[in-house]
Amino acid sequence: MARMKFLCDTERCIECNGCVTACNNEHNVPWGVNRRHVVTLGDGRRGEKSVSVACMHCTDAPCAAVCPVDCFYTTDDGIVLHDKDLCIGCGYCFYACPFGAPQYPEQEAFGVRGKMDKCTFCAGGPLPDNSKEEFLKYGRNRIAEGKLPLCAEMCATKALLAGDGTILSEIYRKRVMKRGGRPDPLGWQTAYPAGK
Amino acid sequence: MKRYWSIGMAIFAAAWLIAGWAGEAACDSGAPSPSVNPRANFWRAVREGEAGTTTSASEGHKVLIQNGGQNWRQIRNGPIAGIAPWLLAVVVFAIGVFFVIVGKDRLEEPRSGVTIPRFSLFERILHWSTAALFILLALTGLSMLFGRAVLIPLIGLGAFAAYLQTGLLVHNFSGPLFLAGVLLEAIAWAKDNIPKRMDLVWFKNLGGIIGKGRRPHAERVNGGEKAWFWFMLTAGLVSGCTGLILDFPIFGQSRQTMQIAHIIHAAMGILFLAASFGHIYIGTIGAEGTFEGMWQGKVDKVWAKQHNDLWYEQKAKELHLETN
Repeated sequence: MARMKFLCDTERCIECNGCVTACNNEHNVPWGVNRRHVVTLGDGRRGEKSVSVACMHCTDAPCAAVCPVDCFYTTDDGIVLHDKDLCIGCGYCFYACPFGAPQYPEQEAFGVRGKMDKCTFCAGGPLPDNSKEEFLKYGRNRIAEGKLPLCAEMCATKALLAGDGTILSEIYRKRVMKRGGRPDPLGWQTAYPAGK
Repeated sequence: MKRYWSIGMAIFAAAWLIAGWAGEAACDSGAPSPSVNPRANFWRAVREGEAGTTTSASEGHKVLIQNGGQNWRQIRNGPIAGIAPWLLAVVVFAIGVFFVIVGKDRLEEPRSGVTIPRFSLFERILHWSTAALFILLALTGLSMLFGRAVLIPLIGLGAFAAYLQTGLLVHNFSGPLFLAGVLLEAIAWAKDNIPKRMDLVWFKNLGGIIGKGRRPHAERVNGGEKAWFWFMLTAGLVSGCTGLILDFPIFGQSRQTMQIAHIIHAAMGILFLAASFGHIYIGTIGAEGTFEGMWQGKVDKVWAKQHNDLWYEQKAKELHLETN
């Protein structure tokens, strides 16, 4: 059985936010909700690096550990999904998640949270695969169609990879072997000699 | 002469290179240098929760990996969920043992049939509405913490989620009302609850409940009641204010603020509940004749003389009762 994972290659991510746009469009994500986002550290400075991040589908997920109604479950592929018919919008998963994955689209008066929404690895939810109800609640179920998450599929630099962990690590290993452990792909010393 | 010039140039060039290097390393740790892998620096910054740049406006999205969540989860699922049931059980058990060994604090004289007004209608409505909110908050709050372990095996996922959806709403609406109740109680009763020297004597004699010691003097409110009042006010304010932070995530409070507020809220709530068991015990089966004071608003004069003698004397004077 495959163990699904995301991997973002920091040497390749160019912070184009194409993955975010692909995700928003594929799942009709409401305005203001970010199932995926790109974080850049040292933005505008030499050596800046970007990572595209969403739900990382943890093996022992903290959100599942704190959920008062036990609405999370892990699929056979290692994808962490949740049942919106059980979710009460308490916000505990938002406190617990290291990556800021849980989002709350239906904010009511005084900021009362609606059902939590997060990245599904394009695997929908507990409703029948590719039904209209599943699409409305969880977005497209590409996994059921035999496809991988759209964010990774559309990544222009192939920085964001999604799929079976064994295959991903093999791809990444080959990349590292080819470019070395300390890549400076731009060749800073070539473009700006003597550091000036 | 030419040789000296070239040596001078070489020294100058070396100094210039070293200065340039050092300056670069100082102002930009992300720069490639022979000793530090820039990628390691990046992940080190990520691990330390350094905030970066993102186009997402969602709370907390500037930080790639937040560390607070781990602490919050471990405190909530660890000490709070682990100690709370034991604390509550031990308090209930201790009260049970106290009741079996010491027993009810009975009236020492037969009832006289003469009653003295103790709590006005306003005070009683205030007390019981706050008490009702407290019970709602306690039940729904406990369900948030223990429902998954206790109720889901009993009633199933769907029924429990439906109950807790309503429970969360009830908790969120009752909270601010309860805080208002606590504040009104503080206004109504603070003047009776100012600590005095006689309260120390009350505690030294354990209120005259245990042993054959003399009943200590007390005004309208005795030492034990004062202790509960000030605890109730503190716990009510702490759990109420932290509750407001969690209840209304619209003031730009950060995820970290809410994590800390939640831990304080849960811990205080459990302590509040544990202490309230003592209040409920002494107000119902613990001391004869006490409950009617808050239910009907009046007490027998024998009760008043036994528990609040100085208040009784003052009331007797006001009401022209015969004091014997």
